Amino acid sequence: MDLSAINPALLLASLLVAATPILLAGIGELVVERAGVLNLGVEGMMITGAICGFMATIVTGSPALGFLFAATGGAALSFLFALLTQYALANQVASGLALTLFGLGLSSLLGQDYVGLKPPSTPQLDIPLLSDIPFLGTVLFSHDAIVYLGIALVAAVWATLKYTRVGLVLRAVGENHDAAHALGYKVVRIRVLAIMFGGACAGLGGAYISLVRVPQWTEGMTAGAGWIALALVVFASWKPWRVLLGAWLFGGINVLQLNLQAAGVAIPVEYLTMSPYIITILVLVIMSADKSRAPASLGRIFHASS
Amino acid sequence: MRLNHLLATAAVALGMATSAFADDKTKVGFVYVGPVGDGGWTYEHDKGRLAVEAEFGDKVETVFVESVPEGADSERVMTQMALQGADLIFTTSFGYMDPTINVAKKFPNVKFEHATGYKTAENVSVYSARFYEGRAIQGHIAGNMTESNIIGYIGSFPIPEVIRGINSAFIHARKVNPDVEFKIVWAYTWFDPAKEADAAKVLIEQGADVILQHTDSTAPLAAAAAAGNVVGFGQASDMAEFKDGPRVSSIIDDWAPYYIARTRAVMDGTWETMSTWDGIGAGMVGIGEITDKVPADVKAEALALKAALADGSYHAFTGPINKQDGSVWLADGETADDGTLAGMSFYVEGIEGDIPQ
Repeated sequence: MDLSAINPALLLASLLVAATPILLAGIGELVVERAGVLNLGVEGMMITGAICGFMATIVTGSPALGFLFAATGGAALSFLFALLTQYALANQVASGLALTLFGLGLSSLLGQDYVGLKPPSTPQLDIPLLSDIPFLGTVLFSHDAIVYLGIALVAAVWATLKYTRVGLVLRAVGENHDAAHALGYKVVRIRVLAIMFGGACAGLGGAYISLVRVPQWTEGMTAGAGWIALALVVFASWKPWRVLLGAWLFGGINVLQLNLQAAGVAIPVEYLTMSPYIITILVLVIMSADKSRAPASLGRIFHASS
Repeated sequence: MRLNHLLATAAVALGMATSAFADDKTKVGFVYVGPVGDGGWTYEHDKGRLAVEAEFGDKVETVFVESVPEGADSERVMTQMALQGADLIFTTSFGYMDPTINVAKKFPNVKFEHATGYKTAENVSVYSARFYEGRAIQGHIAGNMTESNIIGYIGSFPIPEVIRGINSAFIHARKVNPDVEFKIVWAYTWFDPAKEADAAKVLIEQGADVILQHTDSTAPLAAAAAAGNVVGFGQASDMAEFKDGPRVSSIIDDWAPYYIARTRAVMDGTWETMSTWDGIGAGMVGIGEITDKVPADVKAEALALKAALADGSYHAFTGPINKQDGSVWLADGETADDGTLAGMSFYVEGIEGDIPQ
């Protein structure tokens, strides 16, 4: 065993990177669910974002445009879900699953010519001065912009939900869509916008995998990250900061267990491998022991006439 | 409840993905563990499938299901294929072993071929390639190329096939470089690019400058390319797109001749249960081009090693070799028998750490 081989600064830095995809997808899904819609298509939107972002980056040579296109792609796919569930009043669970299958298929179709290509690397925002601080510099201030965007989004979603009128309306729609409708709020329109926000976030998260974390295109490369993001939202009791905590826990322990393995720690590998899932679930279950619960209208179909 | 619903719906949807068959043709089914576009393991199996189609044209119809999880799900996929009239089914991952045996019992008239396993039956053959021969060459190159003397190894699951590869690579790396050390990380997946990339990054952060992988995607090579100055190898497929970067050689699986031969055997009615285990000599294991990054003398030695493995004059496990605990496994000049290799569950002397049970 050689624990000195593990560099804590690099470990914490890769924690932030490993957490970013599920953080982005999770915070997007949180907004969707707070608006009372259950979109199980996160995986499909992520993988679509991954390929859209990858294609745009290869074609234009600009990762920034790639991420923009990824968000657009994710939002476009989620619009399909919005059409099905908000206008055609289809079942949300079935539509969400269909969206995942559709997204996986669509992405491998789109990606056929992009296997094996190498995208231009996403620039690190080595913030002058700050990134030179010995430990903290490596951990906090030497990442790409998307890592910071993820954290900023959590803060923005939290503040919006808690302090703004828009957030209040969104929550009202999610808690009781009939009452919100009676008050004159456009339930369907608000939900469609929330769904598209969720899609854009999932797309960003997917693109982060294909452009930064891996970085290349491979079919099915999100490999279940979308489902983890969905689970995070539930275990985080629909609270933004807890999504961040859950993502860090999950990403962090995942990276830590690989590090411990490589350093030859004498803990059976099976325990190390399952630890990210178990610890994340445990912590979030303990934290969700308070009275918070799912939005009351979650998953229910709304029609103005009913 | 939501999870149940989810699984049931996913199951129905997957089932529909297999297409219906026509009746007068020989139908060959393939069950894949990853997507055909993984660029590695499944990609090569699918090339074998396409070769079968090219060889027999109209007389054959192939069908495949990709990304089938190992375990109960795969049993359902195989049953579906058999019900739809497949005559021959290739199940291409170790974890399909028991499901293949179970389904084969239910369909005595359907022939099954299971890759990399060891359980046969009346209508179940097994086939595998001696990847460890390729690993020997890889180890030789890796031992020469490393400067930090730390070689990172990304394992999938602790099964004999993977352990054989680790041992073979280690023995031959040590032979050329007595200071070499292996750091092994188990990913517990065959295919998860993000996880494989993470594992490669961790190994590089801990000082490895050569990465060997026994997982299916090209993600570790991409991570090696991003880190710079790290050497890697193509796994299962040539992965030639990384030739200008970290990839210095590769182990290539070539299933096409075997798939064609077995399909023909079913057509002729000469199919029998067999255990096939072919290596470099028979062409089932290929060694991808060794790039100029490798010094010329090392390359020449590697090619000589390849030739010796191919004509059988050298066995990758030739004594003296001790087990990890120091006990003698092979005496001087003794070679390992196939039985021990097939069930290999120990590290050789010098590798640190335990094999997960």
